Amino acid sequence: MKITGKVFGKFRADINTDEIIPAVYLDTTSDEELARHCMEGIDTEFAQGVQKGNIIVADKNFGCGSSREHAPIAIKACGVSCVIAKSFARIFYRNCINIGLPIFECDQTDKIKEKDILEIDFQTGIIKNLSTDETYSTTLFPEFMQKLVEVGGLMEYVKQKNRL
Amino acid sequence: MGKTITEKILSAHLGKEVSAGELIEVKVDVALGNDITSPLAIVEFEKLGVKSLFDPDKVVLVLDHFVPNKDVRSAEQCKFVRQFAKKYGVKNFFDVGQMGIEHALLPEQGLVLTGDIIIGADSHTCTYGALGAFSTGVGSTDLAAVWATGEIWLKVPQTIKFVCSGKLNPWVGGKDLILHTIGDIGVDGANYMAMEFTGEVIPKLTMADRFTMSNMAIEAGGKAGIIAPDEITLEYVKPRAKREWRMYSSDSDAEYVESREYDCSQIEPQVAFPHLPSNVKPISQVGQVEIDQAVIGSCTNGRIEDLRLAARVLKGKKVHKDVRLIIIPGTQQIYLQAVKEGLVEIFIEAGGAISTPTCGPCLGGYMGILAKGERCIATTNRNFVGRMGHKESEVYLANPAITAASAIAGRIAPVE
Repeated sequence: MKITGKVFGKFRADINTDEIIPAVYLDTTSDEELARHCMEGIDTEFAQGVQKGNIIVADKNFGCGSSREHAPIAIKACGVSCVIAKSFARIFYRNCINIGLPIFECDQTDKIKEKDILEIDFQTGIIKNLSTDETYSTTLFPEFMQKLVEVGGLMEYVKQKNRL
Repeated sequence: MGKTITEKILSAHLGKEVSAGELIEVKVDVALGNDITSPLAIVEFEKLGVKSLFDPDKVVLVLDHFVPNKDVRSAEQCKFVRQFAKKYGVKNFFDVGQMGIEHALLPEQGLVLTGDIIIGADSHTCTYGALGAFSTGVGSTDLAAVWATGEIWLKVPQTIKFVCSGKLNPWVGGKDLILHTIGDIGVDGANYMAMEFTGEVIPKLTMADRFTMSNMAIEAGGKAGIIAPDEITLEYVKPRAKREWRMYSSDSDAEYVESREYDCSQIEPQVAFPHLPSNVKPISQVGQVEIDQAVIGSCTNGRIEDLRLAARVLKGKKVHKDVRLIIIPGTQQIYLQAVKEGLVEIFIEAGGAISTPTCGPCLGGYMGILAKGERCIATTNRNFVGRMGHKESEVYLANPAITAASAIAGRIAPVE
């Protein structure tokens, strides 16, 4: 599968989950409501401007801090197709795999700019920057995690494994 | 090749030898949720359509982040969790009156033990590594899957070893050691890895100091912050445990990804400046930083030993007229103990406000939110932008003694 999308949101290193979704919004389980406040801790205009299919790009350690799954849910629910970062914090990383928000580890995110158009091949992990004609490689998930992503996340995996 | 304590605990639970890097699905001893992570987990769990929890006695639910309820919405969330606990027969459900901040409460109640595998939908679940357990934070979907199956998928982590030698300086404790460590390796310095704390200093630390160190492993990205059990661990665990526990320790030839040595006699009380826990300075280099608020509490430093330290500093003194001092005992038992020992009297006479246990201000929930431009010194664990209130407020992290001394001085200050 390949997706093409525009970069909307180019962030620095160590974006924490308080920045992705401030704690005042942890009193809801509504996807739509979380989406309305996505990235509010760092960019109050992000949620209004983001469009379906946009791509978030960041430096290292994206999603550090709290375990709140509200953070990847907010990103997924506001239509972002994937997040590309130099690295992801551990709990955020597994939350993304578990809920089916595609993420890619790429050490060349410095070369990607706001509004660039990227084409990402989910199978090979190759990113083509259609705005600059550059190509970047990403780290592929280990086999078990790929399987989780392929079946549609952890709950689907649990269902199939336990024949629920 | 020998094994680390982490590899040993995971191998024992799996019934076969595993090493760092392997992906495993393993049974857990305890699965923890709170009032903000459980609601999402409940929604996912109920979608599965299973009729029961894998083992209701291994499930622990603590309402602690926004309780006593700060508003209607947090009340609704707690009601949702309360009904779930009732429906599925969760006995280890802690509501207002019995609750405490989860990571102070579970060890105190003997619910998490040496040698356990514990997962919790809260990033500071790594706290229980201080007992010599493998304990890590996960998200709500992970918790829902564990509720259904009793199993979690994990990558057996590599370990960084920290060797703490030397003699601790006055007013230096677990908080300073962990802040120093995070300052050294950075907020992602241990990402995906277990941090193992060793060296001559560690066996001399109280359990409270050890819990504080393991608690903040996540602030360096760590998956776990583990300390080998010893006599002090046993003294803590024995009177509390209602089931068996097992002690493990790393082999002398265990493989570490890295070993870092600290001469602790060189470490002063540490202060983490905004806006990262790694942005640390020794107290002697803080300069003039005036404060509006001081908070003593949280899963990091809300234990009785922390309150005793604060009381030693505050006894017979007055909080600065421009500072609000808020003290939050970690659990009801700690609160009661503080009353019995006369600590609460010392706090109130000094001009401090005492709260019932809650995570409250640590994550900007309530009970001490900061206005624009305000500064707070806190014994909490995170000083991210806007963490305790307005985006233009600031949080400085320190140990309980420094926080108390600062409340008196009106600025960040050493203990006189």
